[in-house]
This record gives sequence, structure tokens and C-alpha cells, in this order.
Amino acid sequence: MNLSAERLQKKFGAITAVAEVSFSAAPGKILGLLGPNGAGKSTTISMLAGLTTPDSGCVKIDGATLRTGADPTKRKIGLVTQEIALLEELPARMNLEFFGGLYGLSGRALAIRIAAVLELTSLADRAGDPPNKFSGGMRRRLNIACALLHQPQILLLDEPTVGVDPQSRNAIFETIEVLAREGRTVIYTTHYMEEVERLCDRIVIVDHGRVLADDSLAGLLAGAPAGNKLTLKYDLPPDSAALAEIKELPGVIHVDIAGMELSVAATDLGTAAPRVLECLAARGFRCQELTSRRANLEDVFLALTGRTLRDT
Amino acid sequence: MSANFTAFRALVRKDIALFLRDRRALVISVLTPILVAAFFGSLFAPVAGGNSMARMKVGVADLDQSALTQAVLESLTQDASLDVQVLPEDQATALVRSGKLRAAIVFPKGFEPAATGALLGIGQMPDVKLLYDPSQSMLRPMVAGLLSQHVMQRLSRPNFIGNSKPIPFNVDGIALTAGPRYNSYSHSFAGMSIQFILLMGIDAGIALLLMRQEGMWRRLRAAPLSRWLLLGSRVTGTTLIAMGILAVVYLVARLIFNVRIEGSLPGFALVAAAFALLAATTGLMIASIGGSVGATRAVATLLVLLLVMLGGAWVPSFLFPEWLQHVTEFVPTRWAVDGLDNTTWRGLPLEYGLKPAAILVGWSALFALIAVWRFSWEDD
Repeated sequence: MNLSAERLQKKFGAITAVAEVSFSAAPGKILGLLGPNGAGKSTTISMLAGLTTPDSGCVKIDGATLRTGADPTKRKIGLVTQEIALLEELPARMNLEFFGGLYGLSGRALAIRIAAVLELTSLADRAGDPPNKFSGGMRRRLNIACALLHQPQILLLDEPTVGVDPQSRNAIFETIEVLAREGRTVIYTTHYMEEVERLCDRIVIVDHGRVLADDSLAGLLAGAPAGNKLTLKYDLPPDSAALAEIKELPGVIHVDIAGMELSVAATDLGTAAPRVLECLAARGFRCQELTSRRANLEDVFLALTGRTLRDT
Repeated sequence: MSANFTAFRALVRKDIALFLRDRRALVISVLTPILVAAFFGSLFAPVAGGNSMARMKVGVADLDQSALTQAVLESLTQDASLDVQVLPEDQATALVRSGKLRAAIVFPKGFEPAATGALLGIGQMPDVKLLYDPSQSMLRPMVAGLLSQHVMQRLSRPNFIGNSKPIPFNVDGIALTAGPRYNSYSHSFAGMSIQFILLMGIDAGIALLLMRQEGMWRRLRAAPLSRWLLLGSRVTGTTLIAMGILAVVYLVARLIFNVRIEGSLPGFALVAAAFALLAATTGLMIASIGGSVGATRAVATLLVLLLVMLGGAWVPSFLFPEWLQHVTEFVPTRWAVDGLDNTTWRGLPLEYGLKPAAILVGWSALFALIAVWRFSWEDD
């Protein structure tokens, strides 16, 4: 089922939360909405879920415009909110019965669906316990299970791993990947670049309510100014003459120094790394430690905004 | 079964399940009205073996020491509503002044000849002093009336006034209710049920504000449900809880305090249901116009206290000044109290429950409209 956001705009007073946001998501694919806190991700999700009416633009699901209120199109959407929205005192099974009931499920059909989502989220053995007896990860998984009861074809996940340990996070990722393989359209918002790198087929980077980039991970990294990063630690800080020489080496794009640590951005690490080391060794600087890594979304975001995701 | 009905049922069931799981809410909502009503009811309950509240302490100073005053004193002492102490005048005055006696009667010297002469139209009437505590001025006419009654009873006897005719009447106080027997607990159970169920309704409204804060409201609105269904289910759930509390409270009242529905049972049920609806819509209205949880709770508690006070839940409204009685006709709780009183201890028929129930439903509709009008749907 295709979902498209078409020039969505939303203001709260004088503040523009979302400005002209457009993208589309396809069945069987996971679309990541990546941006810092306050970028407009949750407002966008609210409009995609039919909770908030856009000031202009619209959301279309297989060509039909989504409305707020009792729009039957909402049956095709499952929303996992950023807040854990559970009835904390009632057993997990009663929570599932309640959320299933909201979508008209009852009787045997509901019982079958409850068994299925408990199995999917590995909570079957804890169905009789209330969420206030669960760990953070289990509560998050139950939160997801509640959104899956009515078998939505579109799944909206708004930062579903906040406050979750790495093991539970992996379990959530695996659940999401299973759902995507089953042909669901998944939209996943986060401010953790590692999550979109791991999960998403397509990534939309947003900041200040605007779309900055929309591409696959490979496409975004290919567009990054530097494909690789080299970090070197020296016993003495390299002098300005050495830095100037390094900047002129073939394949080097950017050089930065912080204390004893030198960072070099390069298009081709294999060419640039030996030459940087030779240059500095010739000038008497002795390398203590060397690390290298490929460029990531952090670098893409830095290149697009001049800020890091973690700084915002 | 339609999807909307299934959703409606799920929402109502959820509210009831959450209420039943919350032991504190259960205790406050059910046990507290019973305890408070039992306390107030016991204050006004008849004393065992008697027909009045606590006996009134009255002093008598007899400066005449005549056969008539001694006879009147004997009569007063035998009166079940009085606790008579014979004292010197100065001591009686001091005890009234200090509040240890409610009132004191001082028979002047020469009372008997003056009183019998006055009855035959000879001479001037004697002056009997009635000393009383000004903070309890309602007692003055009561004591004066009892004194007149006992003096006239004694004066009318042949040994005082020969063959003259006795006063041709006795003062005979009769309490009027349509029910067979007044039970002081009936009114207190009506009043306290109303107070605590209204507070429960406010709690339900506050819970809605908390749902918004905690993200549950977003989750509900993500489902394909109309605002009428979401708010309607909330009102229905709270109404059913309120009716359940009323049923339990009145069952305890019946079993332990012998509170009976002496009038129309359908009338009682209608008033109870209409009041339960009022409690639910009051809570919803508060949630729709409230801001923060803390501020809303404070304002709502003040509102409930005003409603129950003016509704006659604490003190029956017929004791209010006349102007205030007219004002309270515009207070919905007044009709709830009157409706429950009418169908319980007053023993009145269905029509005396219908009017209060209709007025309560009208107020509920108004509160519900305000709630829907003011409710902010997208501001989570």
C-alpha cells in the first residue's frame, strides 16, 4: 500500500513545525525519517496518522486523501506512538483486547490476532502480567503489538526504541524487518543514525520542518563530500606547514586538528592514508594511533546543515 | 455487531476495568460516602426509647415557691424533651451566660395569684423571665411554648381556678411525611452519595487530561472513531460506574441503616441514572475547559463543594433562607437531592422523581454540549 505526503505544512502559532514536506513510501520497504529533536518528525507522523489536519498539503493512501476523525482509511494504518500508551494496571492480554476492540475486532478473530502479535513480539508467556511489571523493552514491544492487531498495511513508528536496552532494540528491529518482508509499508522516525542505517531502505533527512535529502543510504553516502575519515593521534600537534602540505595531497578533501588529534576526510583512503603518514613522518611527527572509518549519515547531516545530529 | 459498537464497548469496558482495579478509587468512591452518611445520619437519629434528639438542659429559678409553680415544675421535669435543673436565679443566669444551660425560666415572687387573676381578667399578668443563649435563639420560642403549655395545663385544673373551663386544646406536634417512618439516614445517604459521586466524576475528567499527557489520547484518535463515540463512551463508562456506586451505597444503607425506598422505585432509579449522567458530563466538561491537571483539580473540587453545599447535600435546602431556596433551583444537585429524598423517606410517587430526573438530564445535556464545544481535539 503506497503512502505519500504531498507538500505537508503545519504551523503552531508563529512557529512552522513542518514546511512543504513531500515524500512517498512503498509496500515492503522501510522509510526512515531522520532528524534531530524538534525537526518536525512527530508532527509529520501526526499528519500521516490522521491525528492532525495539515494547514496545507495532504496525505494520500493508495490515492485516497486521509482525513482526521472517523475516516475508515485509518484502518489501514498502525501507529506506534513515541510515548508508551498502555493501560499500565491491566494485563497485557486485556490491553490487546482493548486496542483490538477499537478497530472492531472481537471474539475468535480477536483471539487469533492476539496470539499472533504476542508470538511476533515474544510476549506470549507474559500475557497475563500488567505492563507495569514489564521491563522497558517489553513495554515497547507490547506498545508495538497493540498497533499490529488490526493487521495494518502501513505502520508508523515514532521513535519506538527510546529508553530501550540494546538487546530489546535488536528484537524490535527484527520484528520491524519481519513486518516489512510481509509487504507492509513502514515509516520509522528516529534521531539515531545507526537505526536508519541498519533498518531503512530509504531515508528522508529533515531539519527545521524541511526535507534536506531523500535517498537510499548508498545514495546519500555517495553524495557525501568525503567517503572516508582518517583519524591520527601524534605525540606533538602537527604544525601549520604540515597541515598545509596534507591539504594539497591527492584525494584529501578536508583536514581538521583538535589537540593532538588530526582528522582527514578523503575520497579514497587507500591513496590518501600512506601519503599523509609519509608527509608527517618526514617532518618528524610520530604517529601514536591511527583509525579509519567510512563516512556515515552523521557526515551527511553535517554536510547538509553544518551541525551534527548529536549537537542538536 | 458493528465495528463502532465493538469499539464503544471496548472503551466503556476499559473505563470500568480500570476503575475496579484502582482500589483507592473504589474505597474513596464507595466506603467514604457510607461512613460520612452514617456519621451525619447518627447525629439526627432518634434516641433509643425516646422520641427526640438529646434532651435540652433548662434551669428553673422559683422565686414564688407556690403550689402552682411547684406543679408546673413537676410537669416540666416530666417533659421528655427537657432536662430541668432547679437553681437559684443568679446561678441559673451564670450557667446560661457560660453556655452550660440552653435557657433558664425565672418565676417571679407572687406569680400564682397574679397568673390566676390574669386568667380571670383580674389584675395584671405576671412577667416570667426567660433567659437564653443568643447563639441558640431558635430555642427561645420552643422553651416559651413548652412553658406556656405546662402553665396552662396546671392553671386549667379545678384546684386553681374553680369550675372555670379548661383551655380547650393541647399543643400536639406531629411530624409530617408521606413515608411510614422518617429515617434520619435517608437524607444523609442522598447527600453524601451525591458529593462523592460528583468527585468521582471529576476524577474521571482528570483522568482524561492525564490520558492526553501520556499519549493514550493520541492512540485512541489514531483509530477510525468519531469524537462523539470517543466522548460518548467516556460518559457512558463513568455513568455506569456512578450508578454502580449508588447501588452499592444504597444497598449498604438498606441493610445496615434501614434506609428504604418508600416511594416510587422507578422514580428512584430514574433520579439515580440522571444524576450519574450529570456526574459524568460534569467531569467531561471540566476536562474540556481545564488546563493543567493540578489547576483543574483545584477548581473542580471547589465547584463540587459549591454544588453539594447549595444542593442541600449537607444541610437540607428547606433550612436555607427563602431567597437562597429560589436560587438553588438553578443548581442541578438540588434536584438530585430532592429527587432522592422524594423517592426514599418522603415516600412520594413516580411524578416526584420524574421532574428532578428530567431537569438533571437537561443539565447533563448542557454540560455535554459545552464539553464537545470546548474540547481541543488536535492539541495533544
